[in-house]
Amino acid sequence: MRPVYLDNNATTRVDPAAVAAMLPFFTEQFGNASSMHAFGASVGGALKTARRQLQELLGAEHDHEIIYTSGGTESDNTAILSALETQGGRTEVITSVVEHPAILALCDWLEKHKSVTIHRIPVDAKGRLDVEAYRKALGPKTAIASIMWANNETGTLFPVERLAEMAHEAGALFHTDAVQAVGKLPIDLKSTEIDMLSLSGHKLHGPKGIGALYVRKGVRLRPLIRGGHQERGRRAGTENAPAIIGLGKAAELALAHMSDEQTRVKALRDRLEQGLLQRIGSSFVTGDSDHRLPNTANVAFEFIEGEAILLLLNRAGIAASSGSACTSGSLEPSHVLRAMKVPYTAAHGAIRFSFSRENGDEDVDRVLEVMPGIIANLRSLSPFWKDKGAAKAAPNAAFNPTYA
Amino acid sequence: MWEYSEKVQDYFYNPKNAGVMENASGIGDVGAISCGDALRLMIKVDPVTDVITDAKFQTFGCGSAIASSSALTELIIGKTIAEALTLTNQDIADFLGGLPPEKMHCSVMGYEALRAAVANYRGEAWEDDHEEGALVCKCFGVDEGMIERAVRNNGLTTLEQVTHFTKAGGSCATCIEGIEEVLAKTNAAMVVEGLLDASEAFDPHQALRPVRRPKTGKSPLAIKLEPVTKAKLTNLQRIRLIEEAIEGLRPFLRQDGGDCELVDVEGDRVLVKLSGACIGCQMASVTVNGVQERLIEKLGQPLRVIPV
Ligand SMILES: Cc1ncc(COP(=O)(O)O)c(C=O)c1O
Ligand code: FES
Repeated sequence: MRPVYLDNNATTRVDPAAVAAMLPFFTEQFGNASSMHAFGASVGGALKTARRQLQELLGAEHDHEIIYTSGGTESDNTAILSALETQGGRTEVITSVVEHPAILALCDWLEKHKSVTIHRIPVDAKGRLDVEAYRKALGPKTAIASIMWANNETGTLFPVERLAEMAHEAGALFHTDAVQAVGKLPIDLKSTEIDMLSLSGHKLHGPKGIGALYVRKGVRLRPLIRGGHQERGRRAGTENAPAIIGLGKAAELALAHMSDEQTRVKALRDRLEQGLLQRIGSSFVTGDSDHRLPNTANVAFEFIEGEAILLLLNRAGIAASSGSACTSGSLEPSHVLRAMKVPYTAAHGAIRFSFSRENGDEDVDRVLEVMPGIIANLRSLSPFWKDKGAAKAAPNAAFNPTYA
Repeated sequence: MWEYSEKVQDYFYNPKNAGVMENASGIGDVGAISCGDALRLMIKVDPVTDVITDAKFQTFGCGSAIASSSALTELIIGKTIAEALTLTNQDIADFLGGLPPEKMHCSVMGYEALRAAVANYRGEAWEDDHEEGALVCKCFGVDEGMIERAVRNNGLTTLEQVTHFTKAGGSCATCIEGIEEVLAKTNAAMVVEGLLDASEAFDPHQALRPVRRPKTGKSPLAIKLEPVTKAKLTNLQRIRLIEEAIEGLRPFLRQDGGDCELVDVEGDRVLVKLSGACIGCQMASVTVNGVQERLIEKLGQPLRVIPV
């Protein structure tokens, strides 16, 4: 049976057309774009095309506003560290509690070791940013505000265009981690005030280890990595030509499939979500259902643990991911769901299904077929679950640990 | 993917002894939903022979938590309570063909649930030492208080020493920054209290410790730390040290009518023969743990003492 891959927010399959575009650049056209001979020249031309393809997906005004990096994480780090250097005298950073660790871990470190003040703006139960708190945090000390465009776990969207305008009113730069948004939502950067934007190739059917930082023309940037003059001195190191070319092709394809993503893929997601809620009790959708990525469903199943669900799904040939970070070796449930005050009883059992244009109806059918049995099986093992959910009212009353 | 052994997978997919037991003799609940895993162990005990005749579990947790719980029930059924209590979390992991390092805490949970269930059966209150401060090392369930105590009682000044004494940081290593913080804080307090020489204290701002000054003998570390800072021992030296340590303990055991002899040393496994009052008595596991602690202290290396 064909495996069902519903973990596209973690990473996507490289589109065969992108692979085909990349292949010649490993072998025949292996030149260094900076070289003064014919080997280099043809690569330089292909890089230019790739840059234009990405520019178009982003709706950027100039192609030199794109700086290639090793991925979303590097782009995020570059943006924030640069702003702290270029915004003289401003020593505060604003971000949200639900960012990716690429932002949060950096901010923790800056706070602890570089005396940077970090404002982490909370979210409500649906994962929506507290815009009032954001406004209050902005001030003459704010170097940069960095708020993600779309959350990777729940798909919830943030009003980044408005947030960028607000940041500018306070004289701060605005950066957005759009790793999950690029390729899934129509984006037109030239009509926004966003100063910097991070994206990652492997989230949009491009290769891994390549990404980009968009830096609006006129915004000063201090490079994170210094060396040669590649990327106009803003990111040193010989260009990863095959990956850049693959990302260009992936960007072109994402643009071509944008309406499919918004309609057919979205319908698949909705059918899965509704089907699960109908068939399985004590379950609910997390995130802001009205404003979120078209491909993401995050459903919490109460009184069971996510990794156990994933193992059983995996055995049924279905790949998804868990809101429980147990899979990564920590026992804390996802910081995103905790920030939304999803109770522990449910946060541990939250499962994220993330679609892509490569999914079809049969994938939804397969999940709907096996999921009720998996959940029932694990609930029968759980000390928090009495027959048919009877323990639900007061799960802790029955289970009485000596320590907690 | 998860690096689970075949046996872990088998015990997860087809758990044995899952479910509720009617009229259990003892019930042990450990963990909490907020911690991400929780286990209820139910045991049936024959009051005459003290043999655990049946065991069942319910688990909220990941794949290895379910497998570890099930393994625990398999391990204890048919054993007397005293025998069961000699099982360590490592035995649960071994039974399962090993657990990934970051999942070792699942076996610790089984180890604790058994103690909680036995305490419940005997009508005793079960106390554990999980209640002081934040959990620092999740792999081994070590909290701030445990680290602080180990550091204070043994004058520890390096991360490696803390790992040897508490296991904290010995697995996935994500907690190392946290351990270093507690270590720095505790050492600083000890310096202020005059318990530790400032030059010996752990300094988080130093990438590399400078060469130690010769020991003055004034520092409380001078004696106890010796084994840890020693050069690598040869096998023969190790065995001699183990022998010496056990010889040193025997008089105490004999006072209680027991005895303990060294049988063999295989890598970090020290096989001993317990006799007299040590056998089968509730104190067996206490004895083994005591001997083990003493040896670890002497050698400054992790060791396991196994009664044969
Ligand atoms: C929102 C978000 N930001 C950043 C990243 C990191 O991107 P990369 O893997 O390219 O470093 C991810 C990927 O997991 C993400 O989802
Ligand atoms: S948390 Fe894994 S070794 Fe401490």
